Amino acid sequence: MPETAVQVGAADALWEAALDGDERRATDVVLKAAEEDGHEFVLLDVIGAVQRRVGLEWAANRISVAQEHAITAINDRAVSALSVARPYEPPKHGRVTVACVDGEWHALPARLLSEVLVLRGFRVDYLGAQVPTPHLITHLHRTGPDVVALSSSIATRLPIAHATMTACQAAGVPVMVGGAAFGEGGKYARRFGANAWASDARQAADMLVEKRLPAPGAPHQPVDDLPHLVDQEYTLVTRSTPTLVRSVYRALEERLPAMKSYDDEQRQHTAEDLKHIVEFLATALYVDDAELFRTFMAWTTDVLVARSVPARVLGPTLELLSAELRDFPRARRMIDSVR
Amino acid sequence: MNDAAKELLPADVEPRWQHGESVLISERSYAAHRVDHGSGEVTWWLLDDTDLRLQQNRAELLARMSNALMTSLNPERCMSVVAELAATHLADEVLVIAPGTTEGHAVTRCRRGEQPTHELLRVDVEEVVGLSEALKGFPPVPSRWIDPAAAPAWLAHDVSSIVVTPLPGHGVPAGALILMRRDGRFDEDEESFARLFASRAGVAMSAAWLFTQQAVITERLTMDLLPPLLRRYEHVDLAGRYRAAQDTERVGGDFYDVHEREDGELFVVLGDVCGKGLDAAVQTGRVRTTVHALLPVVADHDQLLRSLNQALLTSDRTRFITVVVATVTPREDGLHVRLTSGGHPPALIVRADGGVEAAKTRGTLVGILPEIVTTTDEVVLAPGDSCLLHTDGITEAVGGPLGDEEFGEQRLLRALGECRGMPAEALAEHVHMLASQWIGEGTHDDMAVVAITAPRRR
Repeated sequence: MPETAVQVGAADALWEAALDGDERRATDVVLKAAEEDGHEFVLLDVIGAVQRRVGLEWAANRISVAQEHAITAINDRAVSALSVARPYEPPKHGRVTVACVDGEWHALPARLLSEVLVLRGFRVDYLGAQVPTPHLITHLHRTGPDVVALSSSIATRLPIAHATMTACQAAGVPVMVGGAAFGEGGKYARRFGANAWASDARQAADMLVEKRLPAPGAPHQPVDDLPHLVDQEYTLVTRSTPTLVRSVYRALEERLPAMKSYDDEQRQHTAEDLKHIVEFLATALYVDDAELFRTFMAWTTDVLVARSVPARVLGPTLELLSAELRDFPRARRMIDSVR
Repeated sequence: MNDAAKELLPADVEPRWQHGESVLISERSYAAHRVDHGSGEVTWWLLDDTDLRLQQNRAELLARMSNALMTSLNPERCMSVVAELAATHLADEVLVIAPGTTEGHAVTRCRRGEQPTHELLRVDVEEVVGLSEALKGFPPVPSRWIDPAAAPAWLAHDVSSIVVTPLPGHGVPAGALILMRRDGRFDEDEESFARLFASRAGVAMSAAWLFTQQAVITERLTMDLLPPLLRRYEHVDLAGRYRAAQDTERVGGDFYDVHEREDGELFVVLGDVCGKGLDAAVQTGRVRTTVHALLPVVADHDQLLRSLNQALLTSDRTRFITVVVATVTPREDGLHVRLTSGGHPPALIVRADGGVEAAKTRGTLVGILPEIVTTTDEVVLAPGDSCLLHTDGITEAVGGPLGDEEFGEQRLLRALGECRGMPAEALAEHVHMLASQWIGEGTHDDMAVVAITAPRRR
């Protein structure tokens, strides 16, 4: 959809209000825009646009994680205000459960999808973020929805997402997935045997209106979808993450004497960066895609530069990690493809 | 051989036997096996494998049906699966009838090739011979033929045969299956296969009923133990977050509550019962009820905690608690918050300028000693300031990048230093997230957070 002046205006106004922590102004902006352009437009092209901008600004270090939460909280309130202002219409389509994959903290995309589906006439159970899989499955058995829509934005949640998808399918409910985690064109969604993948909330709603998803086939195990997991590299790397982080950290201290004078906070940041690298490597092993690891490393370099942390630690880090993982050929190939 | 066979068979049958294959003749199947004797002589064995093939197909079908049946524990979905399978493989039209409730009978109907439909019918099942017995599941009854002409309109029309089969629930009524054909009857073989299907369908349906029954009981009983939904207040911005230690449970040993008092005053309590899991959760229910009941009759926090201490000492002596209580009074200059702790980590005050301080509260654990001592602190939250109440599940979270470090108070204070001016919702979410991410995939204790914020003025 081409960005109109009104839309840019409303999105900018909402951004300013949210950044300022001004809930009342934010609510006014969305309610007024909804009168002019309709609820769905405001949800996806005003609130959704602001939320996309939050991600970009954070990656560029122009806002902190704390600010990200503050803006999201205001945005969330704006969605509530819209939801209250929505005229009631009885549902005319099926029942949908919308949830985030456990460990996912970005609940807003799933909430926006829920609101859009309600607007389109679905009966929606929105479970939000931080839903342990056992709760989700119990909910599915209790309510018997026609489809469960799972959202995940962070790639490292992919293995959990896969397990959750398989569990939902084993409960007889077809799964639609969406969110940045599932890769370009939803490539991981397909590999994980999703019953549908949608690029955004609008497409998800269109697809569900168009046809009912068929019941999933016979229950299967995640490993059936990903035969490369038999080499156990994913399992072993995941299990030894803390050990890996610790040994690489110690070895880095030997190499880069400047690290010895780090304060607690710097030490924690560095260890967390190392942990992220190992987690993304493990995820790349899970989906067997070196590209996922490469993209993450390129992004990390950018973020480190934005945070004015010298990116020169990355070279030695990868070298040390590769040495630690000498018995894991697939992992080494991935690391070496980045170095 | 095929030429030789041609002579013996009816003119319209063209035998094309090959070694190891079967050919259909007059609705029976024959498998051909060629045996060479070496001298140029050949013997062809023709074996009637009709029954064998039927059994194979049925076994395959049953396996597929069982797969479909064991997926869902949702009674309505389970009935749909049963109806759809039966309509595809056993009959032209199928009715699955659930045991009756006060509202009537849930009925799923499916015609071959169509989607099943679900409805609630208020009908008299006695109208159909054998149906009420089949629905009760006891005494055991065989499948019964119904005269289509005598069937009530809600059951069927335009069918030539109807058979009612009970769905055995093994102690739990699972309902009944009604199979209908438009023309022709069911032969004995089909009937026995239908019984086989019904026995599997019955197991699946009774499992679904049992699960639902248990889930409803659990939901009702734990509803009061769940953290309350916080509503919005004009002068106080409040938010809470909760996560139980066990992922399979929604409730645990941490708790919080908010009570509205007179003059716009709010009373907030947050605490931690020693232990976790359901036993601790039950105790939180008692504590919350006791606090609620004591509120109108005590003069201050000290008296409240002393009375609570007495109440706990005289009931369950095995579990003590730590608790922090806050009375929030909106005034001209912001929120006046009186805080008192009973052995609980102090409330943390996050100032709008980024300063973080701990409330000066001290007090003993509640429910273990005959007498307790408390000190009350009063803080003023200027617009933009927040007060954070938390349980030790946050600070004692173990994990981090190295896997074995405690999140700790220092890290929490440092993180809060970056939280200036946040709305309560964002603050509670942020703290909950930091602790959860610190833990990662590891195990954790119950966690509870409540943020009390003085809204900024516009």
